[in-house]
Amino acid sequence: MGNLKKYWKSELELSSDDSTIDHLKNNEFIDQLPTDPFLSNKNELEQSNTNRRDFLKYLGFSTAAATLASCEGPVNRSIPYVLQPERIIPGLANYYATTIADGFDFANVLVKTREGRPIKIENNLKSKVKSSANARVHASVLSMYDNMRIKAPTLEGKETTWDNLNKSMISLLESMKDNNKPVVLLTQSFASPSTSKIISDFIKKYPNVFHVVYDSISDSKALDAFEVAYGLRALPTYDFSKAKYIVSVGADFLGDWQGGDHDSGYVKGRIPERNKDGKANMSKHIQIESNMTITGSNADKRIPLSPSQQKIALAKIFGYISGNEVGGELPSKLDESLKKISEGLKSAGSKGLLVTGIDDVDAHLITHEINELLNSQAFKKDELSLIKNSDDKKITKLIKDLNKGLVKGIIMAGVNPVYTLPNSKDFISGLSKAEFSVCFSMKNDETASISKWVAASPHSLESWGDNELVYGKYNLTQPTIRPLFDTKQFQDCLLYWMGSSQSFYEFIKDNWQKNIIKGSTWNQVLHDGFYDSETRQVLKKQIINPLERAKSLSRSKSNGIELVLYTKTGLGDGQQANNPWLQEFPDPITRVSWDNYLTISKKDADQIGLKNYNVANGALDSNYALITVQGESLKVPVIIQPGQAEGSVGLAFGYGKTKALKKEMQVGVNAYKLYKDFNLSQNVKLESINKNHEFACVQLHNTLMGRGDIIKETTLEVFNTKSAKHWNSVPKVSLNHIETPVTSPDVDLWDEFDRSIGHHFNLSIDLNACTGCGACVIACHAENNVPVVGKTEVRKSRDMHWLRIDRYYSSEQTFEEDIETKENISGISDSLSVFGEMEKPADNPQVVFQPVMCQHCNHAPCETVCPVAATSHGRQGQNHMAYNRCIGTRYCANNCPYKVRRFNWFLYNNNDEFDFNMNDDLGKMVLNPDVVVRSRGVMEKCSFCIQSTQAVILKAKNEGREVKSGEFNDACACSAACSTGAMKFGDINDKESEVTALKEKDRVYHLLEYVGTKPNVFYHVKVRNTDET
Amino acid sequence: MASHYEAPIRKPLVTGGKSYHDVSVDIVNAVEGKANKQWWIVFSIALIMFLWGIGCIIYTISTGIGAWGLNKTVGWAWDITNFVWWVGIGHAGTLISAVLLLFRQKWRMAINRSAEAMTIFSVIQAGLFPIIHMGRPWLAFWTLPIPNAYGSLWVNFNSPLLWDVFAISTYLSVSLVFWWTGLLPDFAMIRDRAVKPFQKKIYSLVSFGWSGRAKDWQRFEEVSLVLAGLATPLVLSVHTIVSFDFATSVIPGWHTTIFPPYFVAGAIFSGFAMVQTLLIVMRKVSNLENYITIQHIELMNIVIMITGCIVGCAYITELFIAWYSGVEYEQYAFLNRATGPYWWAYWSMMTCNVFSPQFMWVKKLRTSIVFSFVISIVVNIGMWFERFVIIVTSLHRDYLPSSWTMFSPTVFDIGIFLGTIGFFFVLFLLYSRTFPVIAQAEVKTILKTSGDNYKKMRDKNG
Repeated sequence: MGNLKKYWKSELELSSDDSTIDHLKNNEFIDQLPTDPFLSNKNELEQSNTNRRDFLKYLGFSTAAATLASCEGPVNRSIPYVLQPERIIPGLANYYATTIADGFDFANVLVKTREGRPIKIENNLKSKVKSSANARVHASVLSMYDNMRIKAPTLEGKETTWDNLNKSMISLLESMKDNNKPVVLLTQSFASPSTSKIISDFIKKYPNVFHVVYDSISDSKALDAFEVAYGLRALPTYDFSKAKYIVSVGADFLGDWQGGDHDSGYVKGRIPERNKDGKANMSKHIQIESNMTITGSNADKRIPLSPSQQKIALAKIFGYISGNEVGGELPSKLDESLKKISEGLKSAGSKGLLVTGIDDVDAHLITHEINELLNSQAFKKDELSLIKNSDDKKITKLIKDLNKGLVKGIIMAGVNPVYTLPNSKDFISGLSKAEFSVCFSMKNDETASISKWVAASPHSLESWGDNELVYGKYNLTQPTIRPLFDTKQFQDCLLYWMGSSQSFYEFIKDNWQKNIIKGSTWNQVLHDGFYDSETRQVLKKQIINPLERAKSLSRSKSNGIELVLYTKTGLGDGQQANNPWLQEFPDPITRVSWDNYLTISKKDADQIGLKNYNVANGALDSNYALITVQGESLKVPVIIQPGQAEGSVGLAFGYGKTKALKKEMQVGVNAYKLYKDFNLSQNVKLESINKNHEFACVQLHNTLMGRGDIIKETTLEVFNTKSAKHWNSVPKVSLNHIETPVTSPDVDLWDEFDRSIGHHFNLSIDLNACTGCGACVIACHAENNVPVVGKTEVRKSRDMHWLRIDRYYSSEQTFEEDIETKENISGISDSLSVFGEMEKPADNPQVVFQPVMCQHCNHAPCETVCPVAATSHGRQGQNHMAYNRCIGTRYCANNCPYKVRRFNWFLYNNNDEFDFNMNDDLGKMVLNPDVVVRSRGVMEKCSFCIQSTQAVILKAKNEGREVKSGEFNDACACSAACSTGAMKFGDINDKESEVTALKEKDRVYHLLEYVGTKPNVFYHVKVRNTDET
Repeated sequence: MASHYEAPIRKPLVTGGKSYHDVSVDIVNAVEGKANKQWWIVFSIALIMFLWGIGCIIYTISTGIGAWGLNKTVGWAWDITNFVWWVGIGHAGTLISAVLLLFRQKWRMAINRSAEAMTIFSVIQAGLFPIIHMGRPWLAFWTLPIPNAYGSLWVNFNSPLLWDVFAISTYLSVSLVFWWTGLLPDFAMIRDRAVKPFQKKIYSLVSFGWSGRAKDWQRFEEVSLVLAGLATPLVLSVHTIVSFDFATSVIPGWHTTIFPPYFVAGAIFSGFAMVQTLLIVMRKVSNLENYITIQHIELMNIVIMITGCIVGCAYITELFIAWYSGVEYEQYAFLNRATGPYWWAYWSMMTCNVFSPQFMWVKKLRTSIVFSFVISIVVNIGMWFERFVIIVTSLHRDYLPSSWTMFSPTVFDIGIFLGTIGFFFVLFLLYSRTFPVIAQAEVKTILKTSGDNYKKMRDKNG
């Protein structure tokens, strides 16, 4: 529809012959459009394939492309290095050797840093001292990225400057010195030669200062006893690998007993290696204890006894070994077994070892005496553990002095007495009487918040330091990142306050070069993280009068129920209570996360009216117990604990904090309130309260139900006398009425993958070596960016751990009897009642731990059912999971016989509903950049740490060599973290590798072998040394 | 295809002395008339439930599947239970219209239209669940083998879930075509009667220009027969494939070779029960007692009884095989079903599905409308429990006792289920007001052989 109207531009147009019009027209487009060059060339035009339609297509495409390009894409801010720091190559990890010693946990570690930020802790295997990091040490890297830390020094709650603090402190200290007002330096045990030196220099400069060492859980009585026995304030060290007959009376030596780190030595003696004549040997372990501990769980024989009975038992063992009569009343059956134990110890002689955890000086002294009598090789006489040197009497006196107004100033470092003292009220009132108080703290915790000055301290991964954890053996602590906040170390400040111009780093370097390092260089030692001066203290035994002490022990009595205070694997003494990894870490024994609780035996619970019950979604609930110690009462939820000694209850420290931690982490009750007179066992009164408590327990079913092919186990005797067919038979299926082992290719419906080339990864798990310590669980958490989901989600059975350690109790006395019971079921009515009974654990059950992660089945049930092929098999044996492809049908998880797949029910990062480390920028710094953070709606699971194994392969390729043995083992987070060697990871196509050798052992079996999944994870049959002679 | 003689011993299928015109009028009544108050009340309730369900679905999709009660051990519960339940219900339609057509069962003519409508509506409900149960439902199209730019990415043809995708979509499309084909002459009848122009326009559109010529009828008959032939294997295949979701897995209680026939029988069982529930109400509300007679109800009850017995047999066979297998996990799975923490679900299932249909042996009961209605609802409750029992009790205690836990639904689980019931009734109620609910053209073909007045006439005149 053209417009036919004529518009006049000018009147000139009326006269058609006027040239102006033409002129104007010509002026409108002066130049001709340059079409000639291509339109004139007809030949070329005809050859061109581009016709009008194509032109329109191009036009359309470019318009669309331009439009799309103008849409805003996501902006990822990443700032490149302007000046790249030396030795930092983006994408490659750097490792630094350092030492973590926070007064409770001690470990020589390697810290993995990526682009300058520490992201993971690994064992420093070269160090011979405390080289196995426990779960808390592994998790400590996250505690550094804690958003609740103090970011600058404060004065009366308001931020201040270090200048101000330092100046005020110097003038304060000077005036105090001038007026001779006493000032106390209240610190944790620093097993640090340089710190000791600084403190003594500081006291020289300010003679009015005196030093009090205080540890939340002190081991003071063990120190006292050692001092009596050997004249030195230290702790003994033991080499459990040298003991063939181990008796522990109340010592949780696989846990936190005397600083921990006894497990690798212990496990060395627990693996039944066959010698040339085919016979195997392993140590025998007898545990006498009140609470069910991981040590007791690993014992061959466990005798539950209350603390007062333990004392009598110990006295009696001493009596039987030394041939003296010590008295004391015990049931005759128990006495019989004590006799046997004593005989066992005696016949083991120097291969015997007795340790105790009874919180009593006499008990420790008798233990030393017994080991001396046995001439025990495991009791190391040339090594002294210096990890702790606190003294309960001194802190008690300090509190008195504070309240009397005798102490005018207090400087605290590494302690939180308001939280950890049983009589913290006295401390608070005393503190208010002091003229000034300074608290060196990472958090505005219970103590810091009532101190006048809070000196913001760095995390140990940001600090310098040195340690002498064992006499003559030194370790260095070095910063792995520049301090995140405006913090200063306690030692730096002391140096500054006494007018030194040295920094703590310079001081350590100076001190080490002058006094410690002989025949090595500072740089070498810093690189290694440790230095052995090879000077040793030789112990001289003093006269201790053991018989009198044994007699007094044997007279111990209990009034009613005894409380045994202990530390949980997760939180320990509670320093890291704001660490979500540790809060979500399920306790190895009870499998409860996010809580502490009173453990009680079934019999006592029934008597008092305490109960556990499950709600509709399976979650565990309990009512509360009112527990009273010397007038102090606490309301505590209850877990009925199989194996808990009758007449005793257990409660863990480390919970019930209220300051400086997120609301989600404010769980549990503060057991320090009941730590009266710093004694780990207390006489208590118990009542039940009708109030419901909700637990978050990751394992709701406790027994194995007689399912012998999940945990295969046998006794040492059978292992030594019968062929593997008897104790490790391969399940058989019928093929044409012929029994055929399931491992035979004849009964396999599947095509095998070609495994002849490349790597083929396998993971070996030795059930004899796994103590259940859980270091692997946290290491896996850290390596793989596993989300924390919080108490309410764990309660809904939605924990995300890729690696879990299943714990089973036997429902009869032993697992063997369970299987017998199950096999003797006859008839339907019998099976109904027997299976019901089998759900209940025995009063003193056998316990077994089984780490379970993705089994990487060669015939994986999950792989066939995924409609979109998001999970598929890798050439190296792994079962892959392509998160991007996953649409979240959860079919794979349902079809997994091992139930190891974990679903992202919600968005766990950047989500205020899940306010854990993945919800704040600081906490996210711990994330491993090599592992994707999963979004909601996708399935995830163990990948055999493919990011690390690939890195190993690439590194070897770059260096033009083959992968060295052990490299893969150290790449996989769980096997690298496993200090007992229970987990070994490697390439079975490498015939030299350790895992290949392990796969040849006759103890090897696969989990649920009969299903035919052919896993790449294999287990070793658990052998128990039940030999009574 | 209809024979022109029916034995006098057979009871008339159309009662009330209906003439051809009467049939048209009776059936078109609901379409031409106005909805009564009850219809609006029921419709409003259904609509509210539907909207509530939509709200729950939106919440789930926007926050995550965690809104439901599922956990690491029980990855499916109400979602797949509902899916299988709705698919099962959808089975009766095709069985009635296709299989009974091939078997020349004329009583189907009164019920096939609604049964098929029910099929389609319930398959729509069923189809919802596999989509919304996904963690990332916006990627649901990845289950389709669409050529894509993601490299070699392709669906996994080994996965029973993928077979489901094909089975359900095939079933839905064949059922829809079959249903609509049957509807053509009936829509044309409404079109021809319609006086309002809008109505006329719509019905002429949906009747695809049906003219009623002999050729039309001939093609109609042929297509019906061909589609019946196509649909018959689907009756067996769809639920067989749904059962493969479980049967091909390795979980004790799921890994069962009996599942395909057992599921098909169960599906027919629940489908007939649902047809019964709907028709007993509809014949009353829409005054169709003369078309859907007691005889129809009785015949459906007999099918329910027989399939109920088959299902009962399957339950007992499962128990026997579990014991006979000698596999402790299998044995425990079934023992746990019957006596474990979910015993109440198992025994609800047993009571509803195995015991309650046995009443139908009594003629008095199976010809009682109230009793039939109650049993039809009981059966559907039982069939829901059957799926719940299979899915949840097998998962919650499988191989490793360390993973054992329980499942308990949240408001969103319940809300979505109620929402689909609401959606189903919204569709069905709208259908009952706009569609010819009885295949009147087909009924007219048997009027002279099976209408009571004609039968009487023949008896009299010989």
